[in-house]
Amino acid sequence: MRLELEKRSEHSTFYSIASPFIAIGLTLVFGAILFAVIGEDPAEALYIYFVSPLTSTWSLHELAVKSAPLILIGAGLSLCFLSSNWNIGAEGQFVMGAVVGSMMPIVFPDVQNSLVLPLMIIMGMAGGAAYAFIPAFLKTRFGTNEILTSLMLVYVAQLFLDWLVRGPWRNPEGFNFPESRAFHEYAILPEVLESGRAHYGAVFAILAVLGLAILLSKTLKGFEIQVTGQAPRAGRFGGFSTAKMTFFAFLLSGALAGLAGVSEVSGAVQQLRPVVSPGYGFTAIIVAFLGRLNPIGVLFAGILLGISYLGGEEAQIVLGLSDKITRVFQGMLLFFVLACDTLILYRIRLVSKRAPSLAMGEN
Amino acid sequence: MKLRILGLTLAAAIVGSASAQAQDPVEACFVYVGSKTDGGWTQAHDIGRQEADNLMGDAVTTKFVENIPEGADAERAIERFARSGCDIIFTTSFGFMDPTIKVAKKYPDVKFEHATGYKTADNVTSYNSRFYEGRYIIGQIAAKMSKTGVAGYIASFPIPEVVQGINAFLLGAQSVNPDFKLKVVWVNSWFDAGKEADAAKALIDQGVDILTQHTDSTAPMQVAAERGAHAFGQASDMIKAGPETQLSAIVDTWGAYYIKRIQAVIDGTWESQSSWDGLAEGILTMAPYTNMPDDVKAMAEETEAKIKSGELHPFTGPINKQDGTQWLAEGETADDGTLLGMNFYVEGVDDKLPQ
Amino acid sequence: MELAVAVIITIVTAATPLLIAATGELVVERSGVLNLGVEGMMVIGAVVAFAIAHGTGSPYMGIIGGIAAGVFLSLLFGFLTLTLATNQVATGLALTLLGLGLSGAIGEPYVGLPGTKLQPIEIPLLADIPFFGPVFFKQDIIVYVSFALVAGVAWFLFRTRSGLTLRSVGDSQTSAHTLGIPVIRIRYLAVMFGGACAGLAGAQLSLAYTPQWVENMTAGRGWIALALVVFASWRPLRVIAGAYLFGAVTIGQLHAQALGFGIPSQLLSSLPYLATIAVLVIISRDRRLTLVNTPASLGKPFVPDR
Repeated sequence: MRLELEKRSEHSTFYSIASPFIAIGLTLVFGAILFAVIGEDPAEALYIYFVSPLTSTWSLHELAVKSAPLILIGAGLSLCFLSSNWNIGAEGQFVMGAVVGSMMPIVFPDVQNSLVLPLMIIMGMAGGAAYAFIPAFLKTRFGTNEILTSLMLVYVAQLFLDWLVRGPWRNPEGFNFPESRAFHEYAILPEVLESGRAHYGAVFAILAVLGLAILLSKTLKGFEIQVTGQAPRAGRFGGFSTAKMTFFAFLLSGALAGLAGVSEVSGAVQQLRPVVSPGYGFTAIIVAFLGRLNPIGVLFAGILLGISYLGGEEAQIVLGLSDKITRVFQGMLLFFVLACDTLILYRIRLVSKRAPSLAMGEN
Repeated sequence: MKLRILGLTLAAAIVGSASAQAQDPVEACFVYVGSKTDGGWTQAHDIGRQEADNLMGDAVTTKFVENIPEGADAERAIERFARSGCDIIFTTSFGFMDPTIKVAKKYPDVKFEHATGYKTADNVTSYNSRFYEGRYIIGQIAAKMSKTGVAGYIASFPIPEVVQGINAFLLGAQSVNPDFKLKVVWVNSWFDAGKEADAAKALIDQGVDILTQHTDSTAPMQVAAERGAHAFGQASDMIKAGPETQLSAIVDTWGAYYIKRIQAVIDGTWESQSSWDGLAEGILTMAPYTNMPDDVKAMAEETEAKIKSGELHPFTGPINKQDGTQWLAEGETADDGTLLGMNFYVEGVDDKLPQ
Repeated sequence: MELAVAVIITIVTAATPLLIAATGELVVERSGVLNLGVEGMMVIGAVVAFAIAHGTGSPYMGIIGGIAAGVFLSLLFGFLTLTLATNQVATGLALTLLGLGLSGAIGEPYVGLPGTKLQPIEIPLLADIPFFGPVFFKQDIIVYVSFALVAGVAWFLFRTRSGLTLRSVGDSQTSAHTLGIPVIRIRYLAVMFGGACAGLAGAQLSLAYTPQWVENMTAGRGWIALALVVFASWRPLRVIAGAYLFGAVTIGQLHAQALGFGIPSQLLSSLPYLATIAVLVIISRDRRLTLVNTPASLGKPFVPDR
């Protein structure tokens, strides 16, 4: 017996909608088995993972703080990936957004007025975009593989930030500890509501999702992105330039990653530290695929992943479950999502081994 | 639930209010930056937590959460504990300082203790250990044991605590052999076994025959064992990784401190403070002095006793800075403020301090 | 001279896992599949190798276990990308995430335990040659395997019929299919080979490099291996140069520090990454080089038409 794929004549609408749910369903089933194997009550464990984070105002705020950067970066990446530009270095663009965006409160701490924050946000986006420009330039100019260059640049950005906060940008009143001075009040991204910690980064995330959704479905640019991504040759016949598209995709996703970076440091952390991201840029790649490269999908995917992080922490405390289980869980979820997406394009058939393999030698 | 309340009321009625508190155990919660089995920093804190849990019996329950990244996640982890009814929360990484202060403001009735920082508040204590006292002793041992007269130091990040350690080690060594040399390699990580092993090999290849480290993996000890050099353990007793290699180790023993502070919460005597204990208070201890002649061992023990009694302060003048200018005059000892912000080498370190 | 020998031995140790993992990935990519999950397969190989070596007391059993674990994970990748035709980039990243999480969970009881070190094997006569003897002929078995692996892969790819078949699958999946070549089956074999190599590279880390288990002990080496494949423009012998160059830069910066050069350590630490980018650019500038060697079907899912 083996599996064989048969291409559908058109996308299955049913599975387009159902596949994420089938994937989540499978994850829950396998998750339950996993928990049962390690001796936890599956129902309780799943409740803690997926429901408890939604049961209090406090944790909803925390969910917004955790999910906003994932959604911001993921939305930009989904556009990038749709156009077949493999930007794996969003983590580095996030860091550079945070660094460039923090220049005002750190280098010019005496400039304190209401222009500082908008300036920081613009600079953060510019920083992320400029850093994403490098792999885009190398790809279009020299044909250098962007997956590898963007990834290598992540490590360089992290070391650069590390050097800054241990060296020139170290807090002069901080006993030489490796962190920048705390941002002054004009440099802090305010909270949205009185009731908790969620800051305007969450609002940016929603705006970005809506903006990209409109861009993709309603504009010529959106059409161009989809065409160049799926069939570069057809795109060239249509008069679209792949090089321009590469720049567009990288700069846009870099700017969004930079926005996420500056929002994180100015909203949640409120200073620069040697490490400002717990891997948001990498997790966002998963978010982009989990959301099936669709901005609205990314919104839900970001929330889902945020829930699993918060639930994972709660499970550590309440059940004493190791945080590694959370990561295994997330990997499993992504595998199921990817596998189920196959259903949209293909029918899956079980073929008996003895049946003559018609596919071979025939076309 | 009803039964429990009834039980509590009954107990309170019988034995009076003083022990009513004992019926409701104090909840002590720990936020870890690493994995509790990292074999180094976090594991040492977790051993302390377990000691408190075991020795204090029903009076205390403990909780922990591990692998919490510094930054926005830390604030959530700390606040999660504060909300869930913890009475005292220990945050055991320097990077948790500002999140701890922020959360503490919102929960004035909860006590917070932050390790290795410098900020305090009415309900926030900062605590640390005088690791440099141990480093002075191992410096002396290194100078006695080294044949090449050069030791290698695998350092993590140029923060004051690490710089203190390098200086104290060299001062100890120079007290035995004024010409003693020290080579420093920064690996920019607290924990990267591969990098630490590479650094250890590089140092030994350059003529070092004693290794010491301010990083947490046992990899340098293993390399030293292979190459026939000697080494000192860090944070935990690493004798298992080098039974014939380890001379001693600076072992973090936080348990005594945790018990003292949790007891203060139980007694209602907890107050905010800046605590910087050392060998005398038992917050760090020296692993057995092994693989060395008796006279070296005797010297180490004597120094340890002198530091404990306060007779010897590792940073006692005359000490010059690396550039030759005077830092401490004859007989002068360094004040804690300068030590806590230390960002310069003493004379004789063969390295440029990363700025 | 003695210092040079010692330094080169260290470089060989640091380069070996990169060399092995990159050679495996090279074969995978030559067959037209991009598996970004090297890091995940490597770390699983490391933990399983350590656990088995610890349990049985034999590092050789550990090596076998590490290879098996790498193959197991690569089969998961193969099932998704080859049988179900999922996106290779995303699946590879998911594999890394799963590998890191799973290895952490498996390895929890093994943290801090002393490991069983793989002992070097001296090759008689050759080991006595000055300089080259200690550098190349007093190493552990994995180092010898790494040399044989590269030579074998170079021979296989360019001197055998099967190698030609594999390359044709990577260069044009549709024409290969038309010629009656079982594209999917060949890719499965290539992916499994890549998994075996990654598992072996992981075993080297936990048994030879630093004989212990530490969470995330691969520390990004899987990603470096991926970069090396491109660096080598998909030529096995160039992988050797790349891996050793990378090892040399890594070790060299530590020596530069121990000699007391006052360069920011972050700059030194970022050198290997900058060097890789520079080399990637230099190589890709020469279009003839890349166009000839890059598998044209790299990363494209293949589903046979009926």
